Amino acid sequence: MNAPVEGLSHAADSTLGLIDCDIHPYPKPGAFNPYLPERWRKHLAEYGKFNCGPYADRGTYPRFQPNLSRRDAWPSNGGLPGSDIGFLREQLLDRYNIAYGVLEPLLGANTSRNLDEAAALCSAMNDWQVHDFVDPEPRLRASILVPQDDPQASIKEIEKRAGDWRFAQIQLGSKTTEPLGRRRYWPILAAAQANNLSIGLHVGGTQNSAPSAGGWPQFYIEDHHVLVHSMQNQVASLILEGVFDAFPDLKVVMIEGGFAWVPQLAWRLDAHWAKMRDEAPLKRKPSEYMKTNLWFATQPVEEPEHPDDLRQVFEWIGWDRMVFSSDYPHWDFDDPHLAFRFQMTETEKRMLFRDNALSVYTFR
Amino acid sequence: MKAAIDCDIHPGVPDIKALLPYMNEFWQESFVARGLDGFDMMSYPLNAPITCRPDWKVKGQRPGASLEAMRSQALDRLEIGTAICNPLTGGQVAVSETMGASICSAVNDWIRQHWLDQEPRLRASIVVPAQAPLLAAEEIDRCAGDHRFVQILMPVACEMMLGRSYYWPIYEAAIRHNLPIGIHAGSMYRYAPTSTGWPSHYLHDYVAQSQIFEDQLLSLISNGVFNKFPALKIVLLESGVSWLPGFLWRAVKTWRGVRAEVPWVNRSPAEIVRENVRLTIQPFDAPDRAAVERIVEQIDADDMLLFASDYPHWQFEGDAVMPPGLPEDLQRRIRIDNPLQTYPRLKETVP
Repeated sequence: MNAPVEGLSHAADSTLGLIDCDIHPYPKPGAFNPYLPERWRKHLAEYGKFNCGPYADRGTYPRFQPNLSRRDAWPSNGGLPGSDIGFLREQLLDRYNIAYGVLEPLLGANTSRNLDEAAALCSAMNDWQVHDFVDPEPRLRASILVPQDDPQASIKEIEKRAGDWRFAQIQLGSKTTEPLGRRRYWPILAAAQANNLSIGLHVGGTQNSAPSAGGWPQFYIEDHHVLVHSMQNQVASLILEGVFDAFPDLKVVMIEGGFAWVPQLAWRLDAHWAKMRDEAPLKRKPSEYMKTNLWFATQPVEEPEHPDDLRQVFEWIGWDRMVFSSDYPHWDFDDPHLAFRFQMTETEKRMLFRDNALSVYTFR
Repeated sequence: MKAAIDCDIHPGVPDIKALLPYMNEFWQESFVARGLDGFDMMSYPLNAPITCRPDWKVKGQRPGASLEAMRSQALDRLEIGTAICNPLTGGQVAVSETMGASICSAVNDWIRQHWLDQEPRLRASIVVPAQAPLLAAEEIDRCAGDHRFVQILMPVACEMMLGRSYYWPIYEAAIRHNLPIGIHAGSMYRYAPTSTGWPSHYLHDYVAQSQIFEDQLLSLISNGVFNKFPALKIVLLESGVSWLPGFLWRAVKTWRGVRAEVPWVNRSPAEIVRENVRLTIQPFDAPDRAAVERIVEQIDADDMLLFASDYPHWQFEGDAVMPPGLPEDLQRRIRIDNPLQTYPRLKETVP
């Protein structure tokens, strides 16, 4: 069963233009200032970002690599990994023949408790992405960052960017003040559908709630894993709240949460919904929405002891739901040539590395 | 086939009034004078579909409250030779440490008299106020002399992650008496039920609990609980099963990446889990025979799964306690051998 079969391989081939759904851009020093009003430049200089958590200028859990990055991703010019467009081209886009890459800024734009501060930062980082990355390198596309706890400001930002080809999606964090299916977020979800923009749900976000319903883990090794559960809960919330009945064309891509949890969540939701469907009266059973409205970006690929178990997971989820993501320049980067240790047909490869993403994103 | 050992069965815990005879004068007076009752857990609303299978309801009684019904519907019907009672009580989730301890202690004495003395097939877990680990350890020491208590019971979501040294007095007591720790679905609700906040639906809370079990395993491993207590057995009760392979894959990958943070974790998390952790089979959370077969292959350990009906909770229809697709030999292990290996005290009395 594990013997190589002709016409199968486990890697993206070099002629296929890939789509990478998760590239993290970082700023050069002072890069946001041109796009921030004086009032917010001053505010940020004095107060910093007003996030939930014990530290003024860093996350709760000390990470394991400087800037979370691959040791070889630091550009020779001394800037941060992911800040130098030339090096990013060389190390990622050209090397892997990436046709399009979606930028996923993880810079805390929308995690401030001060909603006006969040709105100003989102808008500034949206401008920064296009000027520093998409304009010089049109293979890259930006994410529309929105201050999701302020739906009106979010819609203003979405409408400002929606017609601009340089933006590929709306990005939200997997940790939000309330589960994303709750009504307060519906105006944003409605605007996404109306503008034919998918939502990229990237792990991370506010630390408004404890990382686990059991409390605060002590270590990063726990937090890094536990973070994935926020993805599962956003999926459950979007489905159980009836979001996809209300917005049947809404597309949501789950980014940087891995995917081995997807079949189990579908089964568990179905099994218990069968008994308690009167509480969440949906038109279809929960797992069916996962086959029409949700996509799953692969990184960080789970690594079963038997690689064929991973193929089984792809089959359980459905090959048409899977999109490739590298997470460049982060330490747990997935190399498209190495990350998948099982055999794929040419058709499967085209779906995973390109065609599925083309059904989500409109690249103009 | 020999009668099975059911590792998760729920006798209905009565209201406070019925527990008063098992409390000291201070708490008797407190509950009565303050007019306090209604300590049933949010995790299992009494009339929610999951709390009692429709055909197991007994008119006018709380779910699982009738020993007669338990005998006919579960013990006799499902050919159960021995069953471990896991009472779910508000004492386990109380904010007050001493009030929680008084309820837990009353439940332990009540279950001894009303269930264990009445039905020789029954065993029980010691319910403890995990809010107060020192009081919990005292309660374990008080009850452990009765060898019909075969386990210590804690809810999956407590005041802190379960690996923290705060809880170690409970694990020390477990080792002292050679008792496994049973971690059961159910929450103190000290934190939002998900890291994305409070969902709108009970169904969501229930489904999300399998994630808390994952979080707690990571906590126990990372905090070095199995280094300090290598013989400690953890039994996950009503946790679901099908999440386990994906959990192990990710836990091992993350450990390979950042294990330097927890250098005392010097074995793969999968190895630790396979050695120290057991799971009950209801609910299994897989849709069909083929999926069950693959999940069991992926778990790749014959001794991890324990037979359980979760009676009277509604997890399966008819008599189908055992998920479909399991080979005969594995079924025997799940029904008998694995429970006997997990609960040393059962070996003293189960023929």
